[in-house]
Amino acid sequence: MTKIKSLADLKAMKQSIQDKIDTRQKGNAEGLAHVKVAMATCGIAAGAKQVMDYMMVETEKRGMDVVFTQTGCMGYCHAEPTIEVTLPGKEPIVFGYVDLKKADEIIEKYIRDGELVDGIIPVNYQTINK
Amino acid sequence: MHLLVCGGTGCNASKSQEIAETLKSNLKDKGLENEVQVILTGCFGFCEKGPIVKIMPDNTFYTEVKPEDAADIVEEHVIKGRKVTRLLYTDPENKQHVADSKHMGFYKKQLRIALRNCGFIDPQNIEEYVGADGYTALAKCLGEMTPEQVINEIKLSGLRGRGGGGFPTGLKWEIAAKHEADQKYVVCNADEGDPGAFMDRSILEGDPHSVLEAMTINGYAIKATKGLIYIRAEYPLAINRLLTAIGQAREYGLLGKDILGSGFDFDIELRYGAGAFVCGEETALIHSMEGNRGEPTFKPPFPAESGYNNKPTNVNNVETYANIPIIINKGAEWFSKIGTEKSKGTKVFALAGQINNVGLIEVPMGITLREIIYEIGGGIKGGRDFKAAQTGGPSGGCLTTKHLDTPIDYDNLVAAGSMMGSGGMVVMDDTSCMVAIAKFYLEFTVEESCGKCTPCRVGNKRLYEILEKITKGNGTMEDLDTLRNLGRVIKDTALCGLGQTSPNPVISTIENFYDEYVEHIKDKKCRAGVCKSLMQYIIDPVQCVGCTACARNCPVNAIQGEKKMPHFIDKELCIKCGACIEKCKFNAISIQ
Amino acid sequence: MEMINIIIDNKPVQAEKGKTILKIAREIGIDIPTLCYYELDGVNLENRPGGCRVCVVEIEGRRNLAPACATEATEGMNIKTHSLRVVNARRTVVELILSDHPADCLVCSKSGKCELQSLAQRLGIREIPYQGAQSTYRKDMSPAIIRDIDKCIMCRRCETVCNVWQTVGALSAINRGFEAVVATAYEQDLVKSPCTYCGQCIAACPVGALSEVDQTRQVITAISDPTKTVIVQTAPAVRVALGEEFGMEPGTIVTGKMAAVLRTIGFDYVFDTDFAADLTIMEEGTELLQRISKFMAGDKTVKLPILTSCCPGWVNFFEYNYPDMLDVPSTAKSPMQMFGAVAKNYWAEKLGIKREDMVVVSIMPCVAKKFECQRDEFKVDSNPDVDFALTTRELAELVRQFNIDFNAIEEQDFDQPLGESTGASVIFGATGGVIEAATRTAYELFTGKKLDKVDFTELRGLEGIRSATVDFDGTPINIGIAHGLANARQLLDQVREGKTNFHAIEVMACPGGCIGGAGQPFHHGNFDIIRKRHEAIYREDAGKPIRKSHENPFIQALYKDWLGEPCGELSHHLLHTHYFDKSKHIEIEG
Repeated sequence: MTKIKSLADLKAMKQSIQDKIDTRQKGNAEGLAHVKVAMATCGIAAGAKQVMDYMMVETEKRGMDVVFTQTGCMGYCHAEPTIEVTLPGKEPIVFGYVDLKKADEIIEKYIRDGELVDGIIPVNYQTINK
Repeated sequence: MHLLVCGGTGCNASKSQEIAETLKSNLKDKGLENEVQVILTGCFGFCEKGPIVKIMPDNTFYTEVKPEDAADIVEEHVIKGRKVTRLLYTDPENKQHVADSKHMGFYKKQLRIALRNCGFIDPQNIEEYVGADGYTALAKCLGEMTPEQVINEIKLSGLRGRGGGGFPTGLKWEIAAKHEADQKYVVCNADEGDPGAFMDRSILEGDPHSVLEAMTINGYAIKATKGLIYIRAEYPLAINRLLTAIGQAREYGLLGKDILGSGFDFDIELRYGAGAFVCGEETALIHSMEGNRGEPTFKPPFPAESGYNNKPTNVNNVETYANIPIIINKGAEWFSKIGTEKSKGTKVFALAGQINNVGLIEVPMGITLREIIYEIGGGIKGGRDFKAAQTGGPSGGCLTTKHLDTPIDYDNLVAAGSMMGSGGMVVMDDTSCMVAIAKFYLEFTVEESCGKCTPCRVGNKRLYEILEKITKGNGTMEDLDTLRNLGRVIKDTALCGLGQTSPNPVISTIENFYDEYVEHIKDKKCRAGVCKSLMQYIIDPVQCVGCTACARNCPVNAIQGEKKMPHFIDKELCIKCGACIEKCKFNAISIQ
Repeated sequence: MEMINIIIDNKPVQAEKGKTILKIAREIGIDIPTLCYYELDGVNLENRPGGCRVCVVEIEGRRNLAPACATEATEGMNIKTHSLRVVNARRTVVELILSDHPADCLVCSKSGKCELQSLAQRLGIREIPYQGAQSTYRKDMSPAIIRDIDKCIMCRRCETVCNVWQTVGALSAINRGFEAVVATAYEQDLVKSPCTYCGQCIAACPVGALSEVDQTRQVITAISDPTKTVIVQTAPAVRVALGEEFGMEPGTIVTGKMAAVLRTIGFDYVFDTDFAADLTIMEEGTELLQRISKFMAGDKTVKLPILTSCCPGWVNFFEYNYPDMLDVPSTAKSPMQMFGAVAKNYWAEKLGIKREDMVVVSIMPCVAKKFECQRDEFKVDSNPDVDFALTTRELAELVRQFNIDFNAIEEQDFDQPLGESTGASVIFGATGGVIEAATRTAYELFTGKKLDKVDFTELRGLEGIRSATVDFDGTPINIGIAHGLANARQLLDQVREGKTNFHAIEVMACPGGCIGGAGQPFHHGNFDIIRKRHEAIYREDAGKPIRKSHENPFIQALYKDWLGEPCGELSHHLLHTHYFDKSKHIEIEG
């Protein structure tokens, strides 16, 4: 691990990470799906960790190449656990009330075939353009 | 193609389930069931205009859809590709139909600044934070700005403390900067304690680096080299993530000696609180960090002059800090354009209570309560009527229907008898008894008072006891005068913010729901059916067939009567447990 | 000095910058009532938590009322100390305090001297409008102090005294909200705490939450028992304070009246602890000289400085906190215990009675004496040398009970031989007095020369820590003095680290020494009262024909008849003691 010693270092690091994140968010050439699991206290209490574990094991078992990351609270406390799935070239979709059954459905229908399933949480906020 | 039908509670009540079924059968009739999918979604938040149907991928947004509109949607939109204009949302300002939901106003109701990275980045990966512009604000401050310029930028932004008091942050920094000392401290107040509030926890769990970066900027601005985060021990995940983040920041040289080659040293440690509400008050917090009894002391001296270990100390809340890097990066001018004249930026609220979309929201200052409840919160549960919203936690007051269109900012909330607080917002409908609500919050302050000053230690207890008396049906009209006078005196004389605001729930409910208090006192009635002592269980002799089911199930043998004859309840014995109602098959028992 | 202009109650006032509103108002005769505020200005002790909110005032332009005790006046302030808003708030606050305070004033130890009671009266409170819960705790009895913390009003005075002035730390606020009180850690018995029984908490308590164990009833019973010979001894500081209880000016010397009332009450012999104080000087002075001589001769087993040991609070303190230094203090018993030993051995034998038939009562300015006289090492077959130690206040109660007109009663003398004393013994009552008395004697014994000037003014005063070097005819003797255990701790820590060159250190636990003892009439924070007692002590000394202990003819006779020589075998047996490691006595049960 190298220390960031100057603004230039920071900018260089940012650029390289930005590229990685862009690829991840937009989907790369191999078409990897990206799943983010909201893992704040509330999400974990609602079962987010089990869902994440389950999905990681299951996608691997079924030979699917999916990138998983954890993230903080998405704000949808009424619909925990929540996950966000980004398919290559598509808008991110947030699913709420994801139990193991729903997770299975999301893997089979949305991640594999791009077919939406019930339980989408409509995102209704703006983010700042950075 | 996907047809998204809102399956939120509000829309569900207005037949969204039926809409989805009708859409499906219409599609089947046309043989499109395999090409077009109907999906039920969670609440869009826009329940005022529900039920909602959204067509993907073109983002067409239909409002107030009825089951009989299903045929049109399939026929026109799905098959012919023409939007059903009459179902489109009409912008209230320019009366234009808006087809694409991306351009609809309600999508702009929430603006995520403090929560910008929550739910987007991996909080345990510093690289993701850096990728999201993290630490560029710090680099900018260290590389291009003098401490004075940093303070000035924060001052110009108009940012005010998000912990409750609303003190201008830049001014606070300036005062701390002015006091010279061999050691100064920067303290992050993460002792979030309002019942039901979890904004700070979410930020710390979802974006810990933003707080670390802001504290370091704060340290640079006031020439402090030590940072402390006072966090309650019952936030283990937040603590864990903070520790990880601090470790990473040190590894990357973003904390420690000579940060970014600037010669500036800064490091951060955690201090754990035991969960006392009063320790959110900055002087009490400092005493607790020093290992003393967590109780406030009289200000002045302010912490900026004499704080932790009697050294100049700047204390800011988590959410306040989360705003700092953005202000530095995008400039004070950008920030100050958001919000109202005296309250800039956004505020995170923890929306709770009788509202459909319980959750964490971030809205620009100046938004109305109506917008929050009906356009973000998804409206009141079960389609009931809004009665009141409690803001500011136990220190706040109640906003009522007359405040629905008041722009929410620091000053308006105080004028309405409440306060911003740290961001708890509990929405209540007509099943809430306002006397019981006032009692609930007072119970909290009585429990959480440190006991140092008389008005808070004894006064709040007495307020609570009088409310208890009223909810038991033993109140008198004089009690209302006592509540008012005592409440005023407590506000006037208590030592710290906790005591000075603790009577707010009582005063504001008496002000706004005077009739309910009078009903409790004079009519011995609780219209919301909350105050047990004021309820009576009565058996209707006409409906009662004398099956004895109620009498057999009464745990205290309060029900008497001959078999096949109407029964009656001995009010003296009845404990109002409700077992009889449950057992009665003839709807003969009612509560009055 | 920077001055500011403010307005108080419509009066323009010029005041010193940095002063609180309370002080400025009091200087111009505006009496803002206070309750939690407590100040001993002579020793820089201040308790101003700003907690009771009785002293709130209205400051123009401020949203809330401000506590006058904790708010510094600033330029241009316009203050109202008794506006309608203030009076209503103040009254409500006191009503609230009263609503959580037991209404057993009739039998309360503080009745008539209670600051809450007089405040309620001053604010015209005739009923308590709030009925509700009262916090209830158990009563905690210790050998000297009773804690009845149902009465605690959270003024925190005792906490400040115990932690800041004494650094004992036996008392601090516990629990929260309505249940908050000042108590021992985990609300355990005081006897399990590091309490030294100095009793300054009692002196500071504005109400009856803390009081001394009352032993007047036992004393009356003893006097009424015809089989008992009851002897009383009176400590030096009592005679300059007792008069206050009967409306006399502070600093009035009432030695003769005190002897007269004690005889009227029915004590068989009215003796004086001052006699024993002279005896103490003989023993302690000799011990000091022996140690110094050995030390100077290069004896490494000898420890210097020697520490005085007449203050029982101080003895308890070092037993708890300096168990590694138990060989440093003088082994001489306190004057009270020396008196008891002499009375129950020498005087009982003279009278031809058994020690069990003799009851020794002492009148003390002190609360810790109640504990001291119950120490096992001061008992013979469970019969104590001193049976009861009454405070000055308890004596005043006896005087009232026996309907004695204190102002009118004719002065009388003490009985002999144990009633004769010198000026040196009187000054035991003030900080620095013991060491000055010892110096007068030690000088003559050490140098063999006559001391012309007996007033060592360099050892007097009310500074918390003082030091002086006395010239013993060419040999400089370094003396340290501390009153207040925090000050003592400072000196002791230096001694422990070997940073001092003192030969002797005098320590008294109470502010000003015994004159400010916890058993004295309540001064309610008026330090002028202690100053006047201080002056009176030295006035009494100056008026005495003999002012050096070793010149007391009855002391000389006692050695000749009975004791032999100072620090001799009998002295060692009867007049000296030893100390215990009590650091392990502090129990904390989780």
